[in-house]
This record gives sequence, C-alpha cells and structure tokens, in this order.
Amino acid sequence: MSPLTATLGARLVEPCSAAAGCTATTLADVAPGCRATVLDVCAGVDPAVARRLFDLAFAPGVEVEVVRRAPMADPIVFRVAGYDIALRRAQALAVRVAAA
Amino acid sequence: MSERAPDPPPEPSQPAGASAVNAGSGSADPAHEGRAVAVLQGPRLALVGSPNSGKTTLFNALTGLRAKTGNYPGVTVARYRGTAVVGGRTVVVEDLPGTYSLDAISLDEQIVSDVLEPAEGGGASAEQGPPDGLLVTLDATTLRRSLGMLVQLMLTGIPLAVVLTFTDELTRRSGSLDVAALRRALGVPVVTVTAGRRSDLAALREIMADPGEWPAPPVPPPSAPREVSGWITSVLASAGYTLPEVDARTRRVDSVLLHPVWGTAVFFVTMFAFFQVIFTVAAPLQDAIETFFGVLGTLVTQNVENRWAASFLSQALLGGVGGILVFLPQIALLFLMVSVLEGIGYMSRAAFLMDKVMSKAGLEGRAFVALLSALACAIPGIMATRTLPSARDRISTMMAAPLMTCSARLPVYVLLIGLTVPAGARVGPFGAQGTAMFGLYLIGALSAMGTAWLFSRIGRGKGPLLPFYMEMPPYRLPSLRSTLLTVWDSCLVFLKKVGKIILVTTVILWLALNLPARSAAELAEAGVDTRDPVAVSSWTVDHSYAAAAGRAVEPVFAPLGFEWRINVGIIASLSAREVFVATLGQVAAAEDPEDPRAALEAMTVEDGPRAGEPLFTPPVVAAIAVFFLYALQCFATIGVMRRESGTWRWPAIAFAYMFVLAWGMAALTRLVVGAVL
Repeated sequence: MSPLTATLGARLVEPCSAAAGCTATTLADVAPGCRATVLDVCAGVDPAVARRLFDLAFAPGVEVEVVRRAPMADPIVFRVAGYDIALRRAQALAVRVAAA
Repeated sequence: MSERAPDPPPEPSQPAGASAVNAGSGSADPAHEGRAVAVLQGPRLALVGSPNSGKTTLFNALTGLRAKTGNYPGVTVARYRGTAVVGGRTVVVEDLPGTYSLDAISLDEQIVSDVLEPAEGGGASAEQGPPDGLLVTLDATTLRRSLGMLVQLMLTGIPLAVVLTFTDELTRRSGSLDVAALRRALGVPVVTVTAGRRSDLAALREIMADPGEWPAPPVPPPSAPREVSGWITSVLASAGYTLPEVDARTRRVDSVLLHPVWGTAVFFVTMFAFFQVIFTVAAPLQDAIETFFGVLGTLVTQNVENRWAASFLSQALLGGVGGILVFLPQIALLFLMVSVLEGIGYMSRAAFLMDKVMSKAGLEGRAFVALLSALACAIPGIMATRTLPSARDRISTMMAAPLMTCSARLPVYVLLIGLTVPAGARVGPFGAQGTAMFGLYLIGALSAMGTAWLFSRIGRGKGPLLPFYMEMPPYRLPSLRSTLLTVWDSCLVFLKKVGKIILVTTVILWLALNLPARSAAELAEAGVDTRDPVAVSSWTVDHSYAAAAGRAVEPVFAPLGFEWRINVGIIASLSAREVFVATLGQVAAAEDPEDPRAALEAMTVEDGPRAGEPLFTPPVVAAIAVFFLYALQCFATIGVMRRESGTWRWPAIAFAYMFVLAWGMAALTRLVVGAVL
C-alpha cells in the first residue's frame, strides 16, 4: 500500500459538534424541497463509504437540500456544495442530519 | 493468462530524416503520427479530475487524433494515452479514469491511485514510475467539492497545475471567482480553459512542457477531514468565491425529464428512438456494405479460374472483411448517440429513472443503455459498457449483453419457428408465430437480467458493497470535436483489435467447411454431378473437416436431439449466428441456401434408433432455438469482450457459462416439448 493510500484510508470523519443531544433523522427521511444539516455518518457504516461521502461534500456541518426522488422513491437527488448528486436510499440512510 | 503489453507511448526517437514539422500544431496529420515528429522527449503528464469536469474534452483538445486506446494490463479499465507537441517537445498525456477521490473504493479509482503512486515492483501501471506532472481539471461550478480532491493530489508531491473549466458557466449562474487570487491561495499554476476557446489552450500548452518549473504550494495542505474543510473554506474565501446559483434552465428541464410520469414517458420515447436508430437506420448502411462485398465476391468468382481459390477469396477473405465492416454503422451510431446524450447530461437522468429497476439485477441505471443496444447487436452493447463507472458493473453487464436477443438470431428464429409453428395458428387473439418470437425475446431478456444478477453477486463477494452515487450535471452542449473523436476512436479500436479476431475465425471456419479440397475426379467418382454447384458444395461440406467435427461432437449434442448435420450448422454459426441458416441450406442441398425450409422439412435422421424419422421434429427445433438463445455462438462478441475486458479470462468464462446454460436449457426444452406434444 502506498503512503498516500494509507494516509487517506486512515482518515476519520469526526461528527459535527451539534451531533450530541439533538433529534437527528437521516437524509432519506427529509422531504423533497427541504434542507437539513449533516451531523455525521451512522456508526456501523463501512468507514470507506463514510470517507467517500465526505469526499462527495457530505461533510459534517454542511447544509443539504433534497431536490427530488425518483419514481419508487429511490434514488434521491441532493444539492450539496453547489452541485446536484443522486444517492441511493441505502446511502442516504447512512447520513444523520438535523432538520434546518 | 498472458497479458498483452500496454500500448507503448509514441517513441520520439524516430529515424532521422523525418523533418520536424507540425511542432506546436494541434492538427498533425495522423497518418504521419510517430514518423514526422523528430522532437525531443518531453514530460509525461496525467490528466486527473472528477467525471463531468471537462477532463475528456480537454484530453481530446490536446491530443486529437494522436490518442491511443488500450487497457490497463489485466483489468477492465480503458487506458487513453496521446501526445501533444508543445515547444518542440512531445508531451505524453494520459487521461486517467474520472474519480472523486484518491481514497479508492473501486477498481477504476485504484488505477488512478496506482498511476500516481506506483507500488514497489508492480501495480497496474507501475512500469514507468509516477507521471512528471498532473493536470487537474476542476469544474469552477463545483469548486467547493473539487478542492477536496485537489488537496489529496497535492499530498502526492507530484508537480501539478490546475485547469479551471466552466468559468463561463459560473459567471452566467451569478457565481464569482478571482482566478489570480485562487492562484495565490493555492500556490500552483491555475489556467482557465473554456470549451472551444483556442487562446486558453495556448496558455495551457505553454506551461505543459516544463512541469518541473511549476511552483509548488509553500505549505502542504492538511489531510484530516476537519482541517481539509477549513482549508477549503479559507482558500475559497481568499479567492472571493461565491457559489453559483441553481441553474434555472436545468431545473426547468429536470422538472419535466425527471417527472415520474412525463419523465418516464420521455425516457421510453428516447430509448425507443435510440433503439430504432441502431436497429433500422444502421440496416441500410449494413445492407450496402454486404451488397458491396457480395458484388466484389461475384467479380472474383467470375474472374478467378480455380473454383477453390475463387471460393476462398470471395467467401473467406472478402466475406471476413465485409463481416467486420458490417458492424461499423451500428458502432458509429451508438457512440454518436451515447456521447451526445452523455455530453448533454441526459444519460445520468435516464440512469436515475432506471436505477431502481436495474438495481434488482444488481446493476445500476446506466447499464440499461448497454443492454438495450445489445438487442440490436451484442458488439455495440458490450462496447457501451465503457460508460459505466465501475469495473464490476461493466463485467456483469458484459456477461448479460450476449443473452439479449440480437438481430443475428432473428433469421435463425424465423427459420425455426417457420419449421414448427403453422403460419395460421393462434394463441388467443395473437398469431402463434409472433407469440413464439416474443417469448424468445422475453426469455433472453430475463436470462440476461439473471446473469447480470449472478455475476454482480459473484463480483461483490470479493469486496465491500460499493456505494451508489451519481452526479447530475447541469445540461450542457457537448463538444462536437470530442463527440466525433469518440466515434472515430471506437470504430478504430474495433477495426484494429476485434477485426483481426473476426477475420481469422472466418478464414478458419471457411477452411474447416471446405477442406479437404476435392478434385473433379474425386467428385465424379463419388457420383456428384460436377456441373451442379449446389450438389458440389453440398457434397464438399458433407465430407469436410467441419462435418468430421460435427460427427465427433455428436455424443455431446445427442441428448438435445441434434444430428451431425445440425452440429455442422452450429459450428459454422460461430462466425455469425445467421450463418446457421445458409449452412443448413448447403448441407441439405437446398436450391436456395438462404431459404432452406422446404429442404429441411424433408430431411430425415440418417441412422440410429430414429433413422428415417423426420429430423426437425418440434422438440428438436425448440431445443435448437433455446440453444441459440443461450450459447455464445459469435466470435465477434468474444473478440469485443476480450478487447473491452482486457483479458481472455472473461470471454472464456462467458463462453463456458453460456454453453453449459445452452446445453442444459436445450435438453430441458426438448424433454418438456416432447412431453407436452
């Protein structure tokens, strides 16, 4: 394994400081047209997936808007950091958010 | 399994005598590529960037027709390399797969990491060490996200320059960015390149020759996520960056195209048109190619004295070349449409709508287009898997594509259905012949989905479940140059890499069907009327090596009710499925080999317990149809699978898997149909 791969693989995405004590839901539960702030990625999710969500801009503290859902409610388009990205429901369920 | 060495980069040390022409010109004549360039070996640059960041458009603008497509050794990841001549030096540019992070979770992303940081003694592309410099394409409208990957690239320590794309779109959407301030904040060269603006490219070319001279950031950026977020925020603040507004045009179009009802309707209309173009618009072009080679063949037959040589030239050689070129209209049209739909941004919308359905087969939405194309022909279908971002999905889709009913099966099905299902029969309100045909298409599609599911499950066993994410880029106008280069490149790769395989197998199969060569005396001795070409060709085939092979494999196919004469047809159909019809016609000595129905109906079993009974009974005909549904009877498909997957392993697995499936299902069908009727 190369040094950079090791460095990047060892990254730990720390939860948002607001994560403690607030009523959190997941991104999959936010209605289209509504916004929410990312708290953290649920414990138990593959750390590689958590790091990738961070690299896609789903970082703790970032505001996400739910744009629309596909027929049958999956996948879901989000607007984050100024761009649109679709996630499957399975991934959206992994992101804990606080409704904004 | 031996691996072909990757395409070597064009060597600059060409024989002297070729003068240094075209230096600095972006439009070197491709015919002189590698010969007319007597320039110094320049640095090796890698293009890195996320998908939709204009990376491939930039690659095409820099390298044009001097690009070469290959594969990274042993993996299903295409490798694009080309050269640009700048300041009298040949710069090798490699277009790495698009990725959002160097923290690789898929095979394609691993390639990017391996190229940038070759592991000791190996890795997919470690033959040369890391590139001398990186050109990083950053979409100005997604800068907040894109800077995260720039940070990771800076950590590699390789000199890098930022190529900022879509700054015009940023301005149009009321965003702002001070490029000079961004350059100061990052401490690396930043060049803006707006699609189609030549002066921008000239500025980029100027710095490309000397990556060693590029300034490096004074302090390396952090790697811990929280600090990276802070670093990005401060860089954006000092560059006066404001996020662009939502693209109103894109939102309006999306409200229709992604609408549950209208969007789905538009999707089906688009896909229907797409399929129609590959299937019907390509047909006259293909007919023209076939007619042309048919005419050439006739000319050869009329002018070459030796009957055997004439037949070899017209059928094996010209037939083989024609058999390769006949695929080009479909391939060109497919890639024209795919790259236009992709460039506009519709492909990700289509994938969004189809994702839920395709996920049932373990695939993602984008695989739909490849499977749809495979209904016309598996060749374009398998080539379309290039648009899938994950190697695992490409393999599963490649395995499924040959089971979709392609147009070459159509003549076989028409013949077989005509043999058993009476034209007037009805199933409820529908004609029985049409229902049988529909059933074969349906079983093919379902089997393809099942196969995709199976192979995606097998692939998943080796790694974690990949998360699914897909950027929905704003609608943009694709670059004409980039689109045409994609079409050109896919045709060229097919001709060069797959054409050989098709030609060789066509010649081998022809030899098998026509050897040993028979003299007129031999034919006369066997009681064949040498003035009757039908009788001659029939007798030659019946006593050829292929016939011997057909007899030799009889025990294998006996449970399916296939006699050696059917086996000869199956062997011959390896060159193309529709050849089965003509070969059976030849074997049965039909007056018109292209329509051998009457002759086949009259055929009886030669020996064994069923001797004298009709050969083509309904159970046997059904078994043949099912065998053709599943078996990978097509060397062109095998060749293209080899080309796209980069190894012989996957075509070998596909052939074995589909043969076993075909044999099992055909045996089952014969039993079931025999019991029912």
